[in-house]
Parts: sequence; C-alpha cells; structure tokens
Amino acid sequence: MTGSPFIRISNVTRRFGDVVAVDDLSLDIAKGELFCLLGASGCGKTTLLRMLAGFEGVDTGSIEIDGIDMSRVPPATRPVNIMFQNYALFPHMTVDSNIAYGLKRAGLPRAEIESRVAELLRLVRLSGMGGRKPHQLSGGQRQRVALARALARRPKLLLLDEPLAALDKKLREDTQFELVDIQERLETTFIVVTHDQEEAMTLATRIGVMDAGKLVQVDSPRTLYDRPKNSFIADFLGTVSFLEGKVKSAKGGVLQVDGPIPVTAVDPGGFAVGDHVRMAIRPERISLARESGGGVNEMKVTVEDMAFTGVASNYRVVGPGGLLLKLTQPNMRRGEPALEWEETGYVAFDPADVVLLRD
Amino acid sequence: MAAVRHFLTCHGRRLVVWIPLLWLVVFFALPLVEVAQTSFTEPRRGIPPFAPLWGFGEDGFFTNFNLENYGLLVEYSQDYLRPATNSVRLAFFSTLICLVFAYPMAWWIARSSPSQRAILLVLVMLPFWTSSLLRIYALIGLLNTNGFINSMLLQLGLIEAPIRMMQTDFSIYMGMLLTYLPLMILPLYAVMIRLDDDLLDAAADLGASRVEVFRTIVLPLTVPGIIAGSLLVFIPAVGEFVIPALLGGPEQVMIGKVLWTEFFRNRDWPVASAIAMLLLAILALPIIYARYQDGRKTALDRAEDAGRGGAA
Repeated sequence: MTGSPFIRISNVTRRFGDVVAVDDLSLDIAKGELFCLLGASGCGKTTLLRMLAGFEGVDTGSIEIDGIDMSRVPPATRPVNIMFQNYALFPHMTVDSNIAYGLKRAGLPRAEIESRVAELLRLVRLSGMGGRKPHQLSGGQRQRVALARALARRPKLLLLDEPLAALDKKLREDTQFELVDIQERLETTFIVVTHDQEEAMTLATRIGVMDAGKLVQVDSPRTLYDRPKNSFIADFLGTVSFLEGKVKSAKGGVLQVDGPIPVTAVDPGGFAVGDHVRMAIRPERISLARESGGGVNEMKVTVEDMAFTGVASNYRVVGPGGLLLKLTQPNMRRGEPALEWEETGYVAFDPADVVLLRD
Repeated sequence: MAAVRHFLTCHGRRLVVWIPLLWLVVFFALPLVEVAQTSFTEPRRGIPPFAPLWGFGEDGFFTNFNLENYGLLVEYSQDYLRPATNSVRLAFFSTLICLVFAYPMAWWIARSSPSQRAILLVLVMLPFWTSSLLRIYALIGLLNTNGFINSMLLQLGLIEAPIRMMQTDFSIYMGMLLTYLPLMILPLYAVMIRLDDDLLDAAADLGASRVEVFRTIVLPLTVPGIIAGSLLVFIPAVGEFVIPALLGGPEQVMIGKVLWTEFFRNRDWPVASAIAMLLLAILALPIIYARYQDGRKTALDRAEDAGRGGAA
C-alpha cells in the first residue's frame, strides 16, 4: 500500500438527539482487507456502517474512499454496496432479477448483464436457481443471493451487516470459510459488522472493537486475544479470570505482584513499584493437577464446578481468599482421572501468560 | 352439564365456523336467491307485487318462469344503458381520483412516527363517524354559488363573479372523493406499513434513483393494496346515486337511481331485480375471475415448491 489508505475515517461523529452513536472515531482500512467491526448492540457499529453506505449523514469529520471525500456522494453512486442483515431480497423478483437489479440500474447491455449474473451465480454456487423466488430458497441460499447481488456492481468496498446471524450454527461455520474464500478471490475490501466475537475472529484480518461509539482497540484477532488493551476487551473476547494486586518489584523484565496470591509476570514495560494492576489469564493457559509441581504462580484450589463439553472440560475453582478462577482442560490425558467436584488440586500458569491491564 | 361441556369442546370449533356461515346464508345467500327468483317473475298488482315463481296450486306444482324482464332490459336498453355507463364511468373515475389522492397520503401516514400515525389514522376515519348525508350538505354549503368558497374569493377580489361549482362533474367527484377516500387509504396503508425499509435502502444502494425505487420496488409491492382499495371504492361507487343526485345536475342519471325508481316508484320489482342481477354480474364476474387466477397462481407456486422440495 502506498500513499493514503483506501478507506480513511477521520474524527467522525454522529448524534441522534442526546445519544452520541459514533463519537470522534478515526480508522484507516487498507485495500483488500477483511475488516471486522465488533461490538455489543447499541455500540454504534451499525451507524458507522450506514454512514459508509451513505444512509446516515456525518455530523462532523469525514469519510474518504479511494481518496474521494464521500460527504456529498449519495448511496446510489458510492463505490460501496451493502449486504443487509435480513438480506432485504426483493420478494417479487426472481434470483436472477435480484442479482441483475444493480446492473440494470447501471444501464449495462442485456447480454453483459446475463453473463455477469451467470458468473455471480457460479461464484455463490447457485447455478440453475436463477428462476426461483426468494421465498423458495433456504436461509443459506438467500444469504448467498444477497452476497451475489451486493457484489454484482463490483463495489470497491462491500459492507456486510451481521452476514451470518440468520444462519444456524453448522451452516454458519461452512459459510464463514466460503465468505473468506470469495473475499480473497475477488480482492474486494470487506467490512463486516458483528456482535459475535467468534465470527469476527474467524473472518477478519483485523478487528476493531467498539464500545459506546468509540473504537477501543484495533488489532489482529490474535493480538486482541493475547494482548487485550484493557479489561473490557479481555472480557469481551472470550473468557478470562481477573486477579488484582500491587507491584512489589520490577527488575530483569519480571514483575512481582502482591495480592491475594503472589504473582510473577513478564513485564510488558511501563509499570512501577507500588502501581495497582489488574491481571487477566485465559482459561486454557491455566493448568490443573492433583499434585503440586512446585513452580511459580501455583496455588491450591478446590473444584467448585465442572462442565464436560467434549473437546475440553470447563472448571470453576476457588483458591485462597475466595479467589475464583475459570479454566479449561483439554480432554486428552489418559491414565490420571480428571478432577471432580469438591476435589482439591493445584493450578499454575506461566508468567508469560499473565496479561497486565492498565485499568 | 358435563354432557353439554363435552359437546362444546368436541364441537366448539365447528360451532365457531357454523355461526358466521349460518349468518351469511340467512342474510346474504337467501336474499340473493330471492332477488334472483324475483327477476324471473311476472309483475302484478298486490303484495308482493309479483306473481310467485313456483308453488302448489289447484293443478299441483306449477312454475311461472319467464325471461321477459331481461327482455325488457334489452328492448329498452337505451334507457338502461346510459345510466349503466354513467355509473361505471363515475365509479371508474372516482376510483382513479381516490387512488391518486390516497396513495401519497397512505405513504405519508405509513412513514410517520408511530404516535403521529395513530392520530393521522383517526383523522382518516373520523368522517365515517358522521352521517355521509351531512357531509354532502356541508360540501354544498362550501361549493354553492353564494357558498363559502365563492364569497371568500369575491371578498378577496380574486374573482369578479361567482364560479359555478355545484351541479358539475367537479362537485360530484368532490363528493365521491370525500366519501370514498378512507376506503382507499386504509388498504394501501395496511400494505405500505408492512414494507421493509431495508428493501428501499437496498434498491438505493444498488443505484436506483428515487423514481426507480418507486417504480421497481414500492409500486409492485403495493399492488395488492391498490387492488383491494380499488375494489372497495369501485363496487359501492357503481351503485351510488345519492351523491350524484345531490351534487350533480338532473342529467346525471345513475343505474342506482333507475333501480330505485323501478323499485319504489314503478313498483316493478321483477325488472328492478333483473337490473340488480345484471349489475351483480358486471361487478362480480371480473372479481371472481381475478380471485380464480390468483388462487391458481398460488396453487401453482405451491406445487412447484413441493416438486422442488421433493427433488432437493
């Protein structure tokens, strides 16, 4: 990528009465990226999407796509198309007519429209279904028609509003990979809006987590998961256990933290002796054993709750001072029987797996 | 007691269907059959003013079936055809005018906020709560040569002499619009309120101008409302004769008026019944045909679905 980014959102604010839906938000997105806006409902992600499509005005700030300011460009002429959450297929038109709709509006010759529709039907694996009406299709087929229709005008940017929300779990998993595959083949920039963190993690190259109209953190899925910026992100993406404490010493890249239990953590830098810190540990990074291993960050716990999920078992254990930890143990060990309710054991975690949070 | 309750639970569901069905048979089907029968009888002086169509006399069972009344309609078609075309024309243009006014109004109501919507709908229905005759007289008061509008315009100096608005097509269609507009607005509104906003956004997103969004999305999806509203206006408008009689000139004879005259003034019930049957045929046959086509299409769709479902 050279020069300015493909999509530049600068200091954009949008208010509805007293509610600030999008609050001074800035974001750059590169060409060909599959970017995901992740957040709970009401965080402003849909408003941002509608501003990109041109359905909502921008109060202050600006949106640039491919170097062109979009403030005066109506939805019909933006190089942007949107795939709606409920697909918004035209119920009185066949699949063919739905896909051809945007091409007809562009005034393409009939022969070209026909060949493009056929090509799009092949892309979404719906060849031979062009004559059907939307109500004659399954949920997954409708979703693919909506995708084909949105791609028909070869937009520079495709917006997808909760693209998989209306599909059942099994179908959703298959469709996720299909969507990524199509995106990679077409090299179109995709922006996906979702409240489902798993969907965001599997689809996106980068995720922007939104809360109360602001972007809290923008990073790759792995960085977001492993190095969350604050406890909101840590808690929002997956499960986490929190520990509190005060920094006792910081030397040689290692922090010693005093709390209900003493914790040794790898120092990410920027912490001083006496600082109050919050620490997050992912459940799969905590090990559980019947006997003490004698290492650092180890404590004796009692199993309070246990749930077998197949691949793994989820535990809730109580440590010294009523400290509650959530952990996941893979179900692959043979021989040693797993800990059951009310049994005591030892948990331990690596200093490198302790995430230090600044709030 | 227990037996009654048992009967009700077993047959309650059927009872729910049978009561309205019975009501329809007694108050709709039987009178219709009566009118149909009367149209084949011979007029006579007396009560009722027609000879019985069939019965048991001294010579046993007899029938008195004749087509003379319909023959009269053909023979004096000049007297009946003109009022009939008058009525159909009045109904057609009234429907068209109502549609032109109702469509944007219904759209505006459907697009308003829910609280505003409730008020606007009440305003649409409000005229129904007053006598239609009263509303027609109010309109006469407005449109008369020395009525409200003319005296206003004269006082403002916009016109020199009063405009003749009464006893013109204008006054008739004003009256029709005033009376029938709600019947057009409500079915249109019912269809428009169910229209998904996302469809309009999707069309705009795909490059459609406002006119194209209307032509390709809004109009086709509101056709059921247009048909329902048009039938609701057209059917009673064909039989309407009070409004043209009060607001129009004496030359505006409607088929409803002819029917009324035959029935009450000439006391020729058989001919009146024949007119009524003919009117019914003119109105009902296209509707029945449309419903039949619609039903066949739905059935075809279903059969197609079933076929595909089986193949999949």
